[in-house]
Amino acid sequence: MDGVVQLQRQLLDYTTQLFQEGFLNDQFTQLQQLQDETNPDFVVEVVSLFFEDSERLLNELANTLDQQSIDFRKVDSHVHQLKGSSSSIGAQRVQNVCIAFRNFCDAQNTEGCLKCLQQVKNEYALVKNKLETLFQLEQQILAAGGSIPM
Amino acid sequence: MEISGVLSRRNMPDEIGGFDLSPGHSEEEAHVLAVDDSLVDRKVIERLLKISSCKVTAVDSGRRALQFLGLDEEKNSAGLDGLKVDLIITDYCMPGMTGYELLKKIKESSTFRETPVVIMSSENILTRIDRCLEEGAEDFIVKPVKLSDVKRLKDYMTREDRDGNEGRGINKRKLGEACDVSPSLSSSPPSISSSSSSWSAPSSPTSLDSPTRRLKTSTCD
Repeated sequence: MDGVVQLQRQLLDYTTQLFQEGFLNDQFTQLQQLQDETNPDFVVEVVSLFFEDSERLLNELANTLDQQSIDFRKVDSHVHQLKGSSSSIGAQRVQNVCIAFRNFCDAQNTEGCLKCLQQVKNEYALVKNKLETLFQLEQQILAAGGSIPM
Repeated sequence: MEISGVLSRRNMPDEIGGFDLSPGHSEEEAHVLAVDDSLVDRKVIERLLKISSCKVTAVDSGRRALQFLGLDEEKNSAGLDGLKVDLIITDYCMPGMTGYELLKKIKESSTFRETPVVIMSSENILTRIDRCLEEGAEDFIVKPVKLSDVKRLKDYMTREDRDGNEGRGINKRKLGEACDVSPSLSSSPPSISSSSSSWSAPSSPTSLDSPTRRLKTSTCD
């Protein structure tokens, strides 16, 4: 079972790195602790909802900021939602950009908002990629007959 | 144990047939109504509650919550005899009806005014917290919600007969130096557990003395 042990090590190292680099925070660990035999896919399910929700919100944000006359309250509302859901899954860096984003909304600063939109899209793409990699590692371990180390 | 089939519960797909109840507990399981417009948050709160041995009904708006409780004026569902709700937990910021507005409606109803209501919010704003507590909310949880938050809620659900407040626990409330707790809290004795004020000692020289007192001692013109 050397292969499994190696994969498990890889997973642990990868996860640790994500935390160290600030992609994920303790809230993600909270979610992992809610997963068990009765709900073995809980984390993947929640994160999938997050992905869907975020993509919808990012589209809305792009549209709202593309208007002649920007409705900043609407922008703020979308960012607030994105901040909330990223916070709920522990996507720290996305959440942080949202905080800055809201400040620009309050100031009705279009350029600031546009920059933040780009930033949040980047951070979202990064964390999505990282989480997908993490889930793939988990699948590999399970497929090799191992269990996910916590 | 089961809620009357007349109502259509807004079940999450994985709710049916998954959860193994410990023997003898099924009748005593607390039933929580969770209200949140965020799909992600509903999923999380539902799991947190289930893992804490609660039955959960999760809805996405204040309006739906009122409908479920039979309090919606337009859709008045009579015959809700079997409906037992031990706790209502609601997000504050929701489109349409806020959690605060929902709280008020619940407290206005004869059927559910005794049901503990807990507010969740991503924003730790003291005036917001105070307003909710004054309106009769049992507690205020700052998001993201954790398992430890939910475990605390179980206390509210088991003390069904209590009429007052045996020391409200205020979760994650950051009081800081200035405690804005208003002395006009509707139904509680002046004993908020984490408060630093002492209302029953008007001569106490704390920073929370009434404004008139302060004026007398500090202004001379």
